[in-house]
Amino acid sequence: MSAVVTDHEHEHHDHKPAGIKRWLYTTNHKDIGTMYLVFALIMFFIGGAMAMVIRAELFQPGMQFVEPNFFNQMTTVHGLIMVFGAVMPAFTGLANWMIPMMIGAPDMALPRMNNWSFWILPFAFLILLMSLFMPGGGPSFGWTFYAPLSTTYSGDSTALFVFSVHIMGISSIMGAINVIVTIFNLRAPGMTWMKMPLFVWTWLITAFLLIMVMPVLAGVVTMVLTDKYFGTSFFDAAGGGDPVLFQHIFWFFGHPEVYIMILPAFGIVSSIVPTFARKPLFGYASMVYATSSIALLSFLVWAHHMFTTGMPVAGALFFMYCTMLIAVPTGVKVFNWVATMWRGAMTFEVPMMFALAFIVLFTIGGFSGLMLAITPADFQYHDTYFVVAHFHYVLVTGAVFSIIAAAYYWLPKWTGHMYDEKLGQWHFWCSLISVNMLFFPMHFVGLAGMPRRIPDYALQFADFNAFISIGGFLFGASQLIFVWVLVKCARGGKKATAQVWEGAEGLEWEVPSPAPYHTFETPPVIK
Amino acid sequence: MLLRRHNLGNNMSKTYEKYYVPAQSPWPIVGAVALFLIAFGAGNYVNEVTRQQPGFGGYMLAAGFVVLIFMLFGWFKNVIDESMSGLYSAQMDRSFRQGMSWFIVSEVMFFMAFFGALFYGRVIALDWLSGGSNNAMTFEILWPSFEAMWPLVKTPGGIETQAMPATGLPLINTAILVISSVTLHFAHTGLEQNKRGQLKIMLLVTLLLGATFLGLQVYEYIHAYRDLGLTLASGFYGNTFFLLTGFHGMHVTLGAIILLFVFFRVLKGHFTPEKHFAFQAAAWYWHFVDVVWLCLYVFVYVI
Repeated sequence: MSAVVTDHEHEHHDHKPAGIKRWLYTTNHKDIGTMYLVFALIMFFIGGAMAMVIRAELFQPGMQFVEPNFFNQMTTVHGLIMVFGAVMPAFTGLANWMIPMMIGAPDMALPRMNNWSFWILPFAFLILLMSLFMPGGGPSFGWTFYAPLSTTYSGDSTALFVFSVHIMGISSIMGAINVIVTIFNLRAPGMTWMKMPLFVWTWLITAFLLIMVMPVLAGVVTMVLTDKYFGTSFFDAAGGGDPVLFQHIFWFFGHPEVYIMILPAFGIVSSIVPTFARKPLFGYASMVYATSSIALLSFLVWAHHMFTTGMPVAGALFFMYCTMLIAVPTGVKVFNWVATMWRGAMTFEVPMMFALAFIVLFTIGGFSGLMLAITPADFQYHDTYFVVAHFHYVLVTGAVFSIIAAAYYWLPKWTGHMYDEKLGQWHFWCSLISVNMLFFPMHFVGLAGMPRRIPDYALQFADFNAFISIGGFLFGASQLIFVWVLVKCARGGKKATAQVWEGAEGLEWEVPSPAPYHTFETPPVIK
Repeated sequence: MLLRRHNLGNNMSKTYEKYYVPAQSPWPIVGAVALFLIAFGAGNYVNEVTRQQPGFGGYMLAAGFVVLIFMLFGWFKNVIDESMSGLYSAQMDRSFRQGMSWFIVSEVMFFMAFFGALFYGRVIALDWLSGGSNNAMTFEILWPSFEAMWPLVKTPGGIETQAMPATGLPLINTAILVISSVTLHFAHTGLEQNKRGQLKIMLLVTLLLGATFLGLQVYEYIHAYRDLGLTLASGFYGNTFFLLTGFHGMHVTLGAIILLFVFFRVLKGHFTPEKHFAFQAAAWYWHFVDVVWLCLYVFVYVI
């Protein structure tokens, strides 16, 4: 694949507007991508601070620092912020930055709407965070806001929670529409479907999932709102409804949502591994089909979150088998990454290290997911720390590690400077060790029966929890190294070449580093 | 595919016009502020109304809508000016069409959440509450006198109401909405054949039919509350009835407002037989709302 980058005599070429207006009024996909990424990083630290509160409280048995109600607010808002404020915006930021460059487009298809999608988010999270200071506190019913916790037993902040989720959803849907339309309509001539980089493919499918399920989330929060405030009984058996109905609708959104948070990660790893193995990706087409299968199956597995609600056996079996089926395309992917590295000329720069850690640790999360999928076993694991361990392996060492890997991988393209490799390696090793100290023992305390979302625990879990908390604090502290690397790289460093990485292929590596403010005003030709 | 191909010129593959990327725009951030005011205002207003406490929520909500309308005027003025001055290529037009199509897909999924709740409630929850599946003990212990029925005119908790009949007003409303879709189609053919008179009349008729539909819906709600005792709080039947018809009504209102602006643009001489994305988007939206009503009529009123 090679591209002819015709330069253009556009009058605004590389003319960046100055000051705050540049960021408020921008229509530039790179500016908007940067804002998304910075926002996600800030949210990552706010949500992370809440995790630190949780781990401080759980450091020793008994009540130490916070009230149970505040503890519940921390678990709830930590989850909401990390899912909707950190991981999803980070992926959207990467999509904004990279997709137009990867497919040879001048910008995103609907640039003004793109800016709107971003700017809704800070306001949405401002509302969510402000609700913590209301009398009675913020939302405290878990990020899954199960009825009746969020209806009958919730505080006054529930309405703010509902409306902030509404506007987050509007933002996500507009962002997803933009991504889909960009990929459908703005590919350069010659960029056929099966030539698209996998990051673009995985984001296309992610955007489809977003459009399908974010409106369902809007629907279910609306029902929570009317149940709480306007006397409806969707989730109240006395009025003919059913609290389990809430779980069905929520998880119909929620399960595709977890793939929304992992499919772009697959795309990132599929970009990084070939670069540092200096071999083309093994099984490109099977990767595309595997991603599509995972997306389709994600609509058929939602009730595996609800095995203990007492559903009919036929239902439980259906959802169990569909869930286990997802292991097949996921296994295809892991196999392909490993096969890509087979006999490759590998080097181990920081992006590759994070990608390798992703492959191993995400697979651990996938295996614990298989364990949870087995209905009878799930009766033991349900609502224990085993579940917490499972989804943190897929979300932290999965999604977050892939985002960090992507940041290191594309940082030279964004800033024009190489990051500090030594500091990056420090960041990697500190993160790797601490994250496993943090989440691996959770498997054991979970299997032994320690329930999640409770601020206190039985004495036999004390040693493990102290160890977990130490891992948590270390992991939190390790991320400060990341900020240091980012700031250092933004301010200067060794000049990056256009290709940056010796083995890198693709359109984004054919434009200079830093990438010019406007790339591909006329589409490049792809051979 | 939802999209209908139009002969927008055949420059699809060979020559590439420059894709218009607008310069900076203040409208998105204004829109974000509007949504903030709406969400934060509504979040407080809901508490104030249900507690009957005074507060700022209502004002903030209203201010949010004012800012939103201001933003929409400004944003659409820019877009219309750009379109009229020929900045939009065929490729741009496809972006708009695809964007609108996916937006409608998301709207379909929004309604699916409520239809899903309706189906689940009718088929599963009510059956289980009356002892179906493996729930014999639930039934015995909770509400042994409960009888599953649809419409659910007596809830397990004992709230009684009357069902909305399918004939009469709802049937008339169905006819009105279906006819409005047909008249809108004729307005579209009028536009494509450059019969501006037909376009104007048919569009006006569509608008009037839409307004009539909404008026009758309001009448039906008053009838439900006053005569039938059917309210938002009268159990699962009332919940699904009002949420589904209510959200549908809001969508009809929005669709009618969009059509009204399209009508004003038609009066000003905008749109050509070849290029009329705004008209097309409004028409798609209207037809979508119509289809939702047909599903709604079948599942909420008839069956």
